[in-house]
Amino acid sequence: MAEFLQFLISGLTVGAVYALVALGFTLIYNASGVVNFAQGEFVMLGGMVTVFTSAAGMPLPLAALIAVGVAVVIGLMLHRFAIEPARGASAVTLIIITIGASILLRGIATIVFDKQFHKLPAFTGDTPVDILGAAVQPQSFWVLGGAAVVVLVLYVFLEHTLLGKAVLATAANRLAARLVGINTTTIMALAFGGSAAIGAVAGILVTPITLTSYDVGTLLALKGFAAAMLGGMGNPVGAVVGGLLLGLLEAFGAGYISSTYKDAFAFVVILIVLFAAPQGLFGRRVVERV
Amino acid sequence: MRALVNHRILTLLVLAAMIAALPLIFPSSYYFRVASLVWVSALAAIGLNILMGQAGQVSLGHAAFFGIGAYAVAIGPAHLGVPPWAALFLGALLSAALAYLVGRPILRLKGHYLAIATLGLGVLVALVISTESRWTGGPDGMPVARLTLFGWRVAGSDTWYWVTGGLLLLGTWIALNLDETPTGRAFRALHDSEVAAQVVGVDVARFKLQAFVIAAVYASLAGSALAFMNGFINPDQAGFLHSVELVTIVVLGGLGSVVGSIVGAAVLVTLPQVLTVFHEYEHLLLGLIIIVAMIFMRNGIVPSLSGLLFRRARS
Repeated sequence: MAEFLQFLISGLTVGAVYALVALGFTLIYNASGVVNFAQGEFVMLGGMVTVFTSAAGMPLPLAALIAVGVAVVIGLMLHRFAIEPARGASAVTLIIITIGASILLRGIATIVFDKQFHKLPAFTGDTPVDILGAAVQPQSFWVLGGAAVVVLVLYVFLEHTLLGKAVLATAANRLAARLVGINTTTIMALAFGGSAAIGAVAGILVTPITLTSYDVGTLLALKGFAAAMLGGMGNPVGAVVGGLLLGLLEAFGAGYISSTYKDAFAFVVILIVLFAAPQGLFGRRVVERV
Repeated sequence: MRALVNHRILTLLVLAAMIAALPLIFPSSYYFRVASLVWVSALAAIGLNILMGQAGQVSLGHAAFFGIGAYAVAIGPAHLGVPPWAALFLGALLSAALAYLVGRPILRLKGHYLAIATLGLGVLVALVISTESRWTGGPDGMPVARLTLFGWRVAGSDTWYWVTGGLLLLGTWIALNLDETPTGRAFRALHDSEVAAQVVGVDVARFKLQAFVIAAVYASLAGSALAFMNGFINPDQAGFLHSVELVTIVVLGGLGSVVGSIVGAAVLVTLPQVLTVFHEYEHLLLGLIIIVAMIFMRNGIVPSLSGLLFRRARS
């Protein structure tokens, strides 16, 4: 039981990070139709900027705030200087642009920072908390709580503010949104900025547990994309459920079956799910028009 | 029609002339090596372009087949006593079989869902390669026995330049011809609209599967060639980043353009070699060049430039 609980909590912790990355994917995809492969770089930026500003003597909360700010600026620049000029290009062209952006951001990170691994101190100490026999790092609660807050804030923003509803309208139908007077370019910029902030928060929360370096983004983008697809692309609820599910699959697979094939379980399940439900768990069926 | 045939032969002639003439200006064996790397990447990209550019299906896990080809020629002679040349065909056969088996369920998926499914396939194959170290040497990789054909030991960077160049010519010839067969036309119908293709009687599932198998065999042969050439192989060749690199070559060069895949490979393989002069700015510049190229030549280098030339010529 203690073992089960241990795997459950570590799975949920990792899953919460995947969920945040997947949420970032979803936000940008819904507003602009772009699958942003530089999403993992926002997570890297969040962790790395916090590490380096706090090492320069900044208190942690302020360092974290600066990191989110930097990520948002980079996100806005990505939209303004890479995505916006290529407006109307095919989906695959846009994907290659975001891949280029991801290489570019990693290159900048090696110059501004370095190629070493870095650690942040846990926010509230390293003494494990005992829950029914499972030893849980306090940082896990920060990750889970932080992710919950992000999801909640995003929900309130999308459902209860005018700007949020404009984002939903743009996601539903870009042309119709423009016809009712929504500036869809601003909405897209907002999505890139917001998505970068979400990624940075994930990076800051998880760095005390997993360490960070200039190249952590690739694997996270891969897992986040997988989580978003598992849930059904474009569905925020699906992204969160997909992320948590992916984290749990990895934790239980590694714990009970084989830790070397940890990544395999997640992808085998994704393949099986897609064979059974080609639109993901929460995706809508799309009718193709000719 | 006549113009088209001439155009095809012209493309092949130019490519052959270029492969033959380049060594005249190569100052050192290093250049032969880089050029061979271009030919190998171009071969894999041409195959992937048949799937992506002609049939319109994405694969984000294509390095898996590259890896299978590479490890087939490494494991076959080392562990199973298969002669190297036979291992090459065995690898191609294995890749084709895997593509055929997985292709049917996977290719029912569309767009991003197909992308993630092929990506998953790629991750699984790469994971098996880097984990089963008893067979594959694990993350450290393994040595590959030299290829011997009828007592001729194929070795040296200039020899491999000609071998890979020949393979590329063969691959280009097949891809150019395929474009003009009923199969090639069915691929293009698929690309334009799956529903419309189905309505006019194209067996959509069968042709998608065919394109997938063809692309897998191309990648597998390219992988085998690289393994023989380097005499060494590691799991990175089967990894996600290599899959992304192959897709980038195809899109950068131009979807659906055979010449584009060769140009794309030339750019993406030589660029990092050239950019090493800039040391730590290497990746920054590579990323920047990819972004700028895709913004200004959004259909890819070859289609965009030839479109420009064609417009000039008419006006």
